[in-house]
Amino acid sequence: MNTVAEASLSRKVVERASTGQRTRDLMFRLALLASLSVGFVVLAALVIDVVSDGASKLSLDFLTSFPSRISPENTGVESALIGTVYLMILCALFIVPVGVATAVYLEEYANRESRLSRLIEVNIQNLAAVPSVVYGILGLAFIVRGPLGLGPVLLAGALTLGLLVLPVVIIVSREAIRAVPSSIREGSLALGATQWQTIWKQVLPGALPGVTTGVILALSRAIGETAPLLVIGAATFARFNPDGITDRFTAMPLAIFEFISDADTDFRAAGAAAILVLLALLVVMNAGAIFLRNRYERKW
Amino acid sequence: MAERVSEERAERATEREGGMPEVVDAPTIQTDLKGRKPEAGPREAIYELDGVGVSYGGVPAVREVGFPIYENEITALIGPSGCGKSTLIRCLNRMNDLIPTAAVTGKVAYHGQNLYDDEIDPVQVRKRIGMVFQKPNPFPKSIYDNIAFGPRVLGMKGDMDEIVENALRRGALWDEVKDRLNTNAFGMSGGQQQRLCIARALATEPDVILMDEPCSALDPISTGRIEDLMLELKEDYSIVIVTHNMQQAARVSNMTAFFTVELDVEEKHRTGRVVEYDDTEKVFTNPSDERTEAYVTGKVG
Amino acid sequence: MEATSAGAMGGPRPDLYRKRTRRSTGEAAIRYALLAAALISILTTTGIVISLLEETVKFFGDVGIGDYLFGTKWTPLSGGRSQSFGVVPLVFDTLYVTGIGLLVAVPFGVGSAIYLSEYASPRVRKTLKPILEVLSGVPTIVFGYFALTFVTPTILKGLGLEVGSFNALSAGLVLGVLVLPTIATVADDALGAVPGSLREGAFGLGASRMQVSLRVVFPAALSGVVAALVLGASRAIGETVIILVAGGQTTNLTLDPAQAMQNMAAFIAAASRADIPTSGPEYGAIFAVGTTLFLMTLVLNAISIRFVRKYRQVYE
Repeated sequence: MNTVAEASLSRKVVERASTGQRTRDLMFRLALLASLSVGFVVLAALVIDVVSDGASKLSLDFLTSFPSRISPENTGVESALIGTVYLMILCALFIVPVGVATAVYLEEYANRESRLSRLIEVNIQNLAAVPSVVYGILGLAFIVRGPLGLGPVLLAGALTLGLLVLPVVIIVSREAIRAVPSSIREGSLALGATQWQTIWKQVLPGALPGVTTGVILALSRAIGETAPLLVIGAATFARFNPDGITDRFTAMPLAIFEFISDADTDFRAAGAAAILVLLALLVVMNAGAIFLRNRYERKW
Repeated sequence: MAERVSEERAERATEREGGMPEVVDAPTIQTDLKGRKPEAGPREAIYELDGVGVSYGGVPAVREVGFPIYENEITALIGPSGCGKSTLIRCLNRMNDLIPTAAVTGKVAYHGQNLYDDEIDPVQVRKRIGMVFQKPNPFPKSIYDNIAFGPRVLGMKGDMDEIVENALRRGALWDEVKDRLNTNAFGMSGGQQQRLCIARALATEPDVILMDEPCSALDPISTGRIEDLMLELKEDYSIVIVTHNMQQAARVSNMTAFFTVELDVEEKHRTGRVVEYDDTEKVFTNPSDERTEAYVTGKVG
Repeated sequence: MEATSAGAMGGPRPDLYRKRTRRSTGEAAIRYALLAAALISILTTTGIVISLLEETVKFFGDVGIGDYLFGTKWTPLSGGRSQSFGVVPLVFDTLYVTGIGLLVAVPFGVGSAIYLSEYASPRVRKTLKPILEVLSGVPTIVFGYFALTFVTPTILKGLGLEVGSFNALSAGLVLGVLVLPTIATVADDALGAVPGSLREGAFGLGASRMQVSLRVVFPAALSGVVAALVLGASRAIGETVIILVAGGQTTNLTLDPAQAMQNMAAFIAAASRADIPTSGPEYGAIFAVGTTLFLMTLVLNAISIRFVRKYRQVYE
């Protein structure tokens, strides 16, 4: 501040910091903090609500009984839980190879400028924004009926959910692959390794932590989805465990839906308990993802 | 600069002989050139470059390069930044293939065979011609697996332990790491990592080793060790090195090519060219071209 | 395969020719396999479009497209003469519920973003941002439960509002909470992309943090914030379960949030569970609504991408 003009300007500015402005500043800050707390408060309320409604119904019996339409005391989620676990495994078997292969192709092989690559990329972006219920329609038309005609079975559910979360896997895998520095690739190729050898032995191992985290997150999303499974016609009530991938099934979100559609508060409480089971599963998965990320993340 | 050079020599002398540092006069290129022996015997050219040019996306980076590279010698490519030295050296093992916009013209003859012929497999080329990069780039694996990677992917037969040990010995690294072969290579110092990269290149039993500014990211002691290593290696390999360090070129190389940038008046591009290629001693003491002289005497660049 | 040359002293001339080795054919095969995987994404889009269009076209054969687009009576599952396929109430309900949701998500989401970006210390940010991520990871069925069994009875009735067990307000509010993290995260990214030099300049002139945030940073990040809003809207429009569980089964062309409402996605889910013949127009209605929903989200997504590109361009 060396000129007289600047000094007088700064004096004006300092004067402007009157109590009026300071009060407004404080109110603004509080308003923002309040906005932030909305999310947290609702989250807390939600958890408390579910726990208070459903904790009493949680028991080993609950996990190992089939659902009952008659008796809310004896109802359970065994079939739904098994269904969800099977869905998760089948879904993983689909999204990992397809998602990683797509990411590898886009990052290591494709010519970035070519129309095909652009088309694939635009497609992935759009697919990530399509509502999950539309994936249900896709599954209904092509997988449950239509060309694959599998019926509302485990495999159909897994494929439908897989297509839904595939964009997530692709996007995360691409980032993980991109993070591997090109100096590693150059070093490998300079030794006489082929492109695929370089990818398989250097790039993918280096990208593995990121890809794993992404896959776990994708699976978390997949097993929490209700709408696509409803549309493909999966059961919300099943007193059996699926025998194989071409067997009908139910899953946790569907069972929860069935429970809470009942006006009876006891059944609804069972729904809350089922929610707790599902949330527990998700917490374990996400904690696993975070643990893996912190332990194995490579800082290049 | 002066203090650095004498410190370098002092430290190397102390390292090697464990004795008093040599008394040095005012350090000049003369000092570096002193004591070099003329090459004995007939020289065979393993590379013959003819009219080689590289352009990126239509813009020429280097052009009209033509000179031989001799077997079991160290050939240095020197010159100011941006005149295509790195671009040129990457032609010698087809590494420019990795850049989609790069186009190579001319003939890069290796033992008479143009490496850029259609039938030539770049993967085979790179088995025979190894490369060491400016920034050491060890793989995030153990020292053992770093060395073994090349032989494994190339399907080399033989006892892997032996192959790894041989490579590390030839790379003057064995004694330092023989007890910790299974530790991660990232735990090594910069100089060690670079020697690991050299050893890694040696493991595939190449004929030629290309080095693109191998010491520019290293401290003077490591630089000295690598220069000593280069002089040992040239008994069995041919080495081409890009360097910004003139003293280094004077110390180790037999032949030197001096690159400069010329403005192509018609197309308004600045393109790299080789201005002079000759015995190192001549390039540094009695260069034919005034641009070479300006560079080696430190007037420019 | 090739003559080995060990180390160099006058060894045999190396054979560098490319051969049709198993390795090179393998490499080519791998490339095609990877391409095939990558094409699955295109197949998916094609599949979605075909599956929607086929039945939608059939549907418009039974029900005129004009009747569908402009009709104001939506009773597709009613029998007999009261069956009507005018989609206006359904679209209206969808937008209405989304509107309620955005009334919650936009101010609180943007407010959260401003706080996280401009006020919170790095440590606070590190603790609070993950909580928002947790919120976005909660399955929608859980939100549906919350709306049905807590928000409606406890909150709304507790506030003395006369709402039905299924009502648009409850569904809309919870929908807003669902979408809040999305808006907050994207808006926070946009605010963070504004270079620090702008803030420093303003602070240097003596402006308060509120003035800097509102008058300097926010306008600079505006296109990014708009992208966040559009993205949030897109997500809200397509949400199924919350509306299905808490909003009810009927479409009402009304401005009264105490009424039950159903949105397009919830209709699709509900109708596909109903026992309807695949030959009738009721079946086709599912697809027609699906097409409408798909087109709406596609447009919103395209708009959002446009805005994202705009704000990225400014600072890169």
